[in-house]
Amino acid sequence: MEVKNSEDNTRIAEDVLIQVEHLKKYFPIKGGVLKHTVGHVKAVDDVSLTIKKGETLGIVGESGSGKSTLGRMIIRLLEPTEGKIYFENDDITDLSNRKMRPYRKDMQIVFQDPFASLNSKMSVSELIEEPLLIQTDLTKKERKEKALNLLEKVGLRADDRNKYPHEFSGGQRQRISIARALAINPKFVIGDEPVSALDVSIQAQVLNLMADLQDEFGLTYLFIAHDLSVVKHISDRVAVMYLGRIVEIAPKDDIYNNPLHPYTQALLSSVPVTDLSKKSEKIVLEGDLPSPSDPPSGCAFRTRCPLAHDRCTTERPHLLNRDNGHSVACHLHDNK
Amino acid sequence: MTNSTVLSVEGLKTYFYLDDNEIAKAVDHVDFAIEPGETLALVGESGSGKSITSLSIMNLIEKPGKIVDGAIYLNGKNIVDLSDKKMTDIRGKEVGMIFQEPMTALNPVYTVGNQIIEVLRKHKKMSSSVAKKRAIELLKLVGFPRAEETIKEHPHQLSGGMRQRVMIAIAIACEPKLLIADEPTTALDVTIQAQILDLIDEMKHKFDMGVLLITHDLGVVAEYADRVLVMYGGQIVESATKQTLFNDPKHPYTNGLLASLPSLDKQTDRLGAIKGTVPPAHRFPKGCRFSTRCPHVMEKCLHANPDLIPESDGHEVRCHLFK
Ligand SMILES: Nc1ncnc2c1ncn2[C@@H]1O[C@H](COP(=O)(O)OP(=O)(O)OP(=O)(O)O)[C@@H](O)[C@H]1O
Ligand SMILES: Nc1ncnc2c1ncn2[C@@H]1O[C@H](COP(=O)(O)OP(=O)(O)O)[C@@H](O)[C@H]1O
Ligand code: SF4
Ligand code: SF4
Ligand SMILES: [Mg+2]
Ligand SMILES: [Mg+2]
Repeated sequence: MEVKNSEDNTRIAEDVLIQVEHLKKYFPIKGGVLKHTVGHVKAVDDVSLTIKKGETLGIVGESGSGKSTLGRMIIRLLEPTEGKIYFENDDITDLSNRKMRPYRKDMQIVFQDPFASLNSKMSVSELIEEPLLIQTDLTKKERKEKALNLLEKVGLRADDRNKYPHEFSGGQRQRISIARALAINPKFVIGDEPVSALDVSIQAQVLNLMADLQDEFGLTYLFIAHDLSVVKHISDRVAVMYLGRIVEIAPKDDIYNNPLHPYTQALLSSVPVTDLSKKSEKIVLEGDLPSPSDPPSGCAFRTRCPLAHDRCTTERPHLLNRDNGHSVACHLHDNK
Repeated sequence: MTNSTVLSVEGLKTYFYLDDNEIAKAVDHVDFAIEPGETLALVGESGSGKSITSLSIMNLIEKPGKIVDGAIYLNGKNIVDLSDKKMTDIRGKEVGMIFQEPMTALNPVYTVGNQIIEVLRKHKKMSSSVAKKRAIELLKLVGFPRAEETIKEHPHQLSGGMRQRVMIAIAIACEPKLLIADEPTTALDVTIQAQILDLIDEMKHKFDMGVLLITHDLGVVAEYADRVLVMYGGQIVESATKQTLFNDPKHPYTNGLLASLPSLDKQTDRLGAIKGTVPPAHRFPKGCRFSTRCPHVMEKCLHANPDLIPESDGHEVRCHLFK
């Protein structure tokens, strides 16, 4: 991880779109009759990463590991407790809503549940035109044209534009969400489990679409999912999260061919595969994800790690670069 | 059907009678059998009829739905016309059930222990003290080392994976010969999914149960099933052993599903998506139900729905390409 001096304003490399440093989000837990803060959920706990222009960074991890919280912080839908967020060269961490406005149109998010995230009272053309109305000066006619064009781009028919979300299947609704996200020509799109609710056949349609649109518009993606094969398919680099921390990050082939962190190894070995000749030994982890309000001391994975040793209880492993952008946070790998 | 066949479903049809005289043929002539110690997987996209098949077996179809034809032999006895009361005795006793969302199947008001004890008292007529001892044994069996304490906990105090273990304990409490698991791990993460599916497999061997495993995950099928039924449009379109299905898939739908899967060890630029979506059960096309999405559709497919015919020993396919 390159973490540079945060005083310098022109320090973000030319090819980087997003850089976050030491990002944390602690949600207060209220308790007792007086609703005092009795503790914190450490949803994201010291995450630093960069996303290069035009690349797809995938994030995997069990549910509750902090993937969505991280994504929402990056595009300022959620205030970080600590840390810095840079978009291109600009520190956007503390920008007011008004100052944030010009950046908003560069960043969009597509959610898992296309039904909940689309207003059911708006027609498809209204849904796609809404961001154009808010963010651009296009005339009504121009907006209509643009919406029609987008509809076609995401593989829906022109006569679908007067229909309402409930008239579509899950995969089609996800296409509408994507058209809406792309309406204002963003540079950066977060997909927060955008295909997790879809059947494999429809999931494949949407993944192909996202890849095509990335090529056509030069988009940068942060792709969040819990399905490792989906993440592998779409990503250039992959980060693995556990209890609010990144435990391993690397170019995808390195993560999948040479996983270094015991958690990544267990995750990969647990994925059921359809190749009957490839039945490898599963590393079955004991127990569940510990509570993020009371993470284990030292290495947060130690309560489930088959390789845990004394040092893991007392000392938190740092995410260290092993070689060529393959970083891992584990005491077994810190002897450079 | 042999003497030991656990479940034999023959010509099952379950229809829903919708407003304006439309009929949703959710399950439309389905046949299959499960032997002891065998895991039969039922796969297919959402809306293909998997859950309605399993709900029909347990006689849990609600209006406007109805089993309109067929027989369901459970341990040799046809249960399709049994009264609600008789079926209540069978569910939980002769058939164990595990669903996707254990929270809706467990009662939030009662402790874990009470829910297991109730099943044992009802079906096994055990006294409360005997049932309590057995509940602790069952919880230990499904992986709660501190079972004496777990019985005092409420479902919301447990994680998703632990709740699913409790469901398994309840499902096997009466040592049924048949276990129906409808998407038992869909809501869980892969590391927990592996624990739960391994546990179901272990219990299957221990009690020599037949398992009907409903899933949309072909990876799960490849690792845990013995035989596979691929379902589409309320019908079985391919039936084979696991080895045959993955090494020599025949039906265009099966091939489409397999091509849609992103792979962990191969890199493909584009996935072979199946175009379009599953039609609703009251709008199946004439002829082959897959014809609206099939890349091999021929003239004949638009008129006649093919039969499910043997392709080789133990391998059946419903498609005009095979004769
Ligand atoms: N109460 C109902 N009224 C009308 N149609 C119904 C009803 N319940 C189910 N259906 C229809 O029956 C068909 C099969 O449904 P079923 O729930 O068995 O699908 P499934 O294969 O289990 O899907 P999933 O993977 O989403 O669980 C679908 O077309 C569905 O819309
Ligand atoms: N608004 C919130 N208030 C309190 N806790 C939250 C809130 N949002 C998320 N959390 C908690 O933060 C942790 C990480 O959540 P999330 O980012 O949604 O995980 P993921 O997306 O990886 O499933 C979880 O323990 C979750 O319960
Ligand atoms: S630091 Fe220790 S407990 Fe953590 S992953 Fe490495 S070996 Fe396991
Ligand atoms: S019968 Fe025809 S339409 Fe149906 S699956 Fe076979 S080739 Fe395709
Ligand atoms: Mg999430
Ligand atoms: Mg179902």
